[in-house]
Amino acid sequence: MSDYQSWGRYPLANQQAAPVFWTSQFLPPSEGAGMLPHGLGRSYGDVCLNDGGRVIPTRALNRFISFDQSMGVLRCETGVSLLEILRFCVPRGWFLPVTPGTRYVTIGGAVANDVHGKNHHRAGTFGRHVRQFELLRSDGRRIVCSPSENESLFAATIAGMGLTGLITWAEIQMIPIKNRYIDTRSIKFGSLDDFFALSAESEKEFDYTVSWIDCLARGKSLGRGLFMCGNHSEDTSRGLAEKKGDAGGGIPVPFEFPGFFLNSLTVKLFNLLYYHRQIRKTVSTTVDYTPFFYPLDAVDCWNRIYGKRGLLQYQCVVPHENAEAIREILGRIAASGQGSFLAVLKVTGDVPSPGLLSFPKPGVTLALDFPVKGERTFELFRSLDAVVRQAGGRLYPAKDACMSSEDFQSYYPNWREFAKFIDPVFSSSFWRRVTANVKEGSA
Amino acid sequence: MSKILIIGATSAIAQATARIMAARGDALVMVGRSEEKLKAVADDLLVRGAERVDFTAMDANETAKHEPLIGTVYEMLGGLDTVLIAHGVLPDQEACQKEFDEAEKSLQTNFMSVVSLLTPIANRFEQQKHGCIAVISSVAGDRGRQSNYVYGTAKAGVSTLLSGLRNRLSRAGVAVVDIRPGFVDTPMTAAFEKKGFLWAKPEAIAKGIIKAIDKRKDIVYLPFFWRWIMLIIRCIPERIFKKLGL
Repeated sequence: MSDYQSWGRYPLANQQAAPVFWTSQFLPPSEGAGMLPHGLGRSYGDVCLNDGGRVIPTRALNRFISFDQSMGVLRCETGVSLLEILRFCVPRGWFLPVTPGTRYVTIGGAVANDVHGKNHHRAGTFGRHVRQFELLRSDGRRIVCSPSENESLFAATIAGMGLTGLITWAEIQMIPIKNRYIDTRSIKFGSLDDFFALSAESEKEFDYTVSWIDCLARGKSLGRGLFMCGNHSEDTSRGLAEKKGDAGGGIPVPFEFPGFFLNSLTVKLFNLLYYHRQIRKTVSTTVDYTPFFYPLDAVDCWNRIYGKRGLLQYQCVVPHENAEAIREILGRIAASGQGSFLAVLKVTGDVPSPGLLSFPKPGVTLALDFPVKGERTFELFRSLDAVVRQAGGRLYPAKDACMSSEDFQSYYPNWREFAKFIDPVFSSSFWRRVTANVKEGSA
Repeated sequence: MSKILIIGATSAIAQATARIMAARGDALVMVGRSEEKLKAVADDLLVRGAERVDFTAMDANETAKHEPLIGTVYEMLGGLDTVLIAHGVLPDQEACQKEFDEAEKSLQTNFMSVVSLLTPIANRFEQQKHGCIAVISSVAGDRGRQSNYVYGTAKAGVSTLLSGLRNRLSRAGVAVVDIRPGFVDTPMTAAFEKKGFLWAKPEAIAKGIIKAIDKRKDIVYLPFFWRWIMLIIRCIPERIFKKLGL
């Protein structure tokens, strides 16, 4: 069994690792099920896995190439993590244009999954801030792609799940900040309707918004939670200097918790405490960027809490006009009693991504973690899939281990167009799964 | 700002160490075999804040070039404060047992080239009456084991050389640091299964190297616990040791 699994530790893949150490290297020869770049393995399901084939770990490609201090343009190798970028850029007054909820993501992975964050309604996805990158193909060609050069390969590679070749380096446009703090506001809300009202009202005022939802609350309190929003602080008297936690490393979870640790009681307790941690309706404070963006990075390997069987995440987006589907989904999850700590709800914006297979679209996105409990879990997912399908929504490949090939192909009508750009010897467990219904050669 | 020369600058441990030096604003000259790789490392160090980074491609086995190289480095930097020697190869022990050529090649790279490099460096440092020589040796040099004694022999030679140099140069105020890492997860050890607490990351080793240089230590084991492991290993009587499958 290889070390290079996915964050959810489900499914597990049997694959060979052929790490790459220099951007000037060529790709290893293909073997078995082909090859797939693998960064920090923070995608949940099987987009970063290649069962029966090779993975190409990219973490050793972690060098900076150039940084324009006056313009905030950073070029670095594909395996540089967002943590390393922040550690370098924040003291110099620059911040990531878009960041997901963890810093343990490589820049190559951020491009390949076209990640989004709390500022999606303003800034769109990560791919929008990529100025250019170099793609190494298995035939040895090195192709520089940008919005104006090799545009179609650029569009296929952003959200291309690593299938179009190995990104060797990427160049991104950072955003200026005055200090490392975020002015935040946290508002307790009692129902889904309140959430929508709050979202509509705060989006003009705040760059960052996200909500945590108590996914076990039912009936009238269905969809209750905490709405958190923030802006980069403008206070020039506050500092940019490096702090202790910037180097990463949190409280470790040293081993896999036993399966019974996460049961309906512990989860209910957590959700209850979390919801009531804030007594007042609205709390405004200024906090460091790390706890605001990366609360979970404070615990190392938190996926081990889910035990040996692993976890699954369900992340969908549904268009505004069918936002009621979220109520249905939350209702079904609450009724199943299977929800867990982390249910996150966010309104996505209409800033288009350059990526052919980019996940976000205007609407509402909901993400929840579930411990893998076998058929019970898959049955719930199928029932949620039906709601998402009906609502004209879709699922996020970076979080997925379950969606059917039919669903994937209807969620992402560009998939055939995308398939033309896949490197002939690149493949992944995910890709084989979502194209399993297509006969060889007909794609 | 320190003026630093690094030999074997594209090795994982050297890169990680150089990053810390760059962030402090040191001036660096990097020597390695591949111009392409040196360029990648140099770009990275410049972005991270190095005062200046020069590099020159050279195989450490080209001993005739060592003396002129040191002269060039002094000209480039206008002096020299610290030298880090980090190049090395991990030979295939079985191949070395079959063919002397294999053993000789690795002894040449891991030992002879270090003697050659340190000859002009020690003389210059002795004359200028300051400086720090840091060399990456290995815990493998502490005792010969059947699994890698050719590598271990070279590293034992390096450590003995350093001990002699330290004895000679301490009067001139020159520090000689013998760095003995245990198992490190680098491209050199790519063939090993890297599991368990004995394996360290190059970044952790780099921190230890910087600390050892700053404090002008004599011998450091990295991570620290190898000091105790090797103490035990050295204490095992030979009549027992020879029967162990190490």
